Amino acid sequence: MRSVANPRLMLMVLSAVFAFLYIPISVLFALSFNEGGLPTAWTGFSVKWYGALFRNSDIMGAALNTLVVAVISTILATILGTLLAVGVEIRRRKGRFLETIIFAPMIIPDIVLAIALLSFFSLLNVTLGLHTVILSHVVFNLAFVCSVVRARLKTFDWSVVEASTDLGAPMVVTLWRVVLPVMMPAVIAGALLAFTLSLDEFIIAFFTAGAGRDSITLPMQIFAMIRFGVTPEINALAAIVMTLSVVILALSQRLNRGGLPGQ
Amino acid sequence: MHWRIAPQIQARRMIDRKPLYLMTPALAWLTAFMVVPCLMILALAFFQRGIYGGIDYTFTLENIALVFDPLYANIFLKSAFIAGLSATIAVVIGYAAAFAIAAAPANRQAMLLFFAVLPFWSNYLVRTYAWIVMLNREGLIAGAAQWLGYDGELPKMLYTETAVVIGLVYNYLPFVILACYAPLSRLNPEIAEASRDLGGNGWTTFRRVILPMTVPGIATGFVFVFVLSIGNFVTPALLGGGQFQMIGNLVYAQFLTANDWPFGAALSMFLIAIMMGLLTLQTYASERASGAGREE
Repeated sequence: MRSVANPRLMLMVLSAVFAFLYIPISVLFALSFNEGGLPTAWTGFSVKWYGALFRNSDIMGAALNTLVVAVISTILATILGTLLAVGVEIRRRKGRFLETIIFAPMIIPDIVLAIALLSFFSLLNVTLGLHTVILSHVVFNLAFVCSVVRARLKTFDWSVVEASTDLGAPMVVTLWRVVLPVMMPAVIAGALLAFTLSLDEFIIAFFTAGAGRDSITLPMQIFAMIRFGVTPEINALAAIVMTLSVVILALSQRLNRGGLPGQ
Repeated sequence: MHWRIAPQIQARRMIDRKPLYLMTPALAWLTAFMVVPCLMILALAFFQRGIYGGIDYTFTLENIALVFDPLYANIFLKSAFIAGLSATIAVVIGYAAAFAIAAAPANRQAMLLFFAVLPFWSNYLVRTYAWIVMLNREGLIAGAAQWLGYDGELPKMLYTETAVVIGLVYNYLPFVILACYAPLSRLNPEIAEASRDLGGNGWTTFRRVILPMTVPGIATGFVFVFVLSIGNFVTPALLGGGQFQMIGNLVYAQFLTANDWPFGAALSMFLIAIMMGLLTLQTYASERASGAGREE
């Protein structure tokens, strides 16, 4: 590859692409510290918008809702996804249909799943709220946990299972005391990934949360703030939300030491 | 004859009785909250809209026919155009970036790739909002133009189709870089050298040797951006302003404002069909390209 590449041209390409990727984000971070709060003129460094953020009860309420949704859906998805991963990897025959069902939540467009779930809950007369958001988030979260755990199981040495069985351990004990400890880093990596996905997810929450003010999640709040009047607090909020998901995902990657999610 | 079975397979057999029991909770969840709702959408497309916005359970093909009404067919075409344009631009930039990363010194590649993908991990809404800040009349780009001494009237940038395309390219570029980097990094450097030794110059080597061998990455990147863009409703809603409609926004309106669920379902059905078709095509293409010899 290097033999055909012109080093100066390559450097130019990289500089341009990284500028394109990072300038908008950097501007947002810088503006979150702008005293005047306007995007045009820099009037001095201040953290007052971060203070304003924490005093805004709408934003804090939405943040709490998001946390509730993310925590509960992550716990459920981690249990279901891990069991699924072990089950699928133990099976010797790989069913194409099964693979499609497990893979689908990761590639199905959000809007399609969102309207499908909205129709489903409405036709069954289920009242919409945070609980319906949680039920819906588990769908894609469990698929991501499953794929992370499965990647780890591909290199799993199944002979330790044989050893455990030979020594008389019942299946449940083998899974709990032998298989799970080996997979633990992948399970935690999967859970962190699920947590971030849920934290950032907007479209499905938007459709399945219903109209009530008390079931608004943080991304819904951000969408409303962007669309109906931007206030300076949003820059601070954006900076926090962005940093949070990047930090959690970097942690997840470190634990997993594998490829990127979805790869 | 169990001694002939490799120990690994044998161990798997011992626990083979239980996999269904392990998989059932998750599969039940996916069936209840994904398969059934999606099937419901398909069924919904063939019912009539009720007088008060509900659903009248009488069979009809009207909703399907309405999708082909010029008014809506145009929105489909327009969305496909925007998605195609965004995917093309993203692939050109993403491939160039991936190529530059693959050509960098081996010990720097992982770090460069990490920073290329990092923005992808942050909130989609926030990344889109960043472009409102960049493109608005008093935004950074306008400011930079003024600072450079341009004081004429700048063209409107925010709330245009261009803004939507920029937003889509920006949001999905990291994925394209990742998809293109994979085949580029696997290329055997000796192949390029062989092409050189046989008299091909740099450009010929790239066009005739490297490019054809990395088509699967390009296809994956293109299909991904196209599929996510054509059904997108956040980016057109935020960067395209209220007036600009893509299929995603149309579907959204049928469900949340116009209350015509059967028509919304019919629109989604076509959207799903387009996406599934493309994804199947892409899977088929990459399976063919990677060859049948590779087994897991």
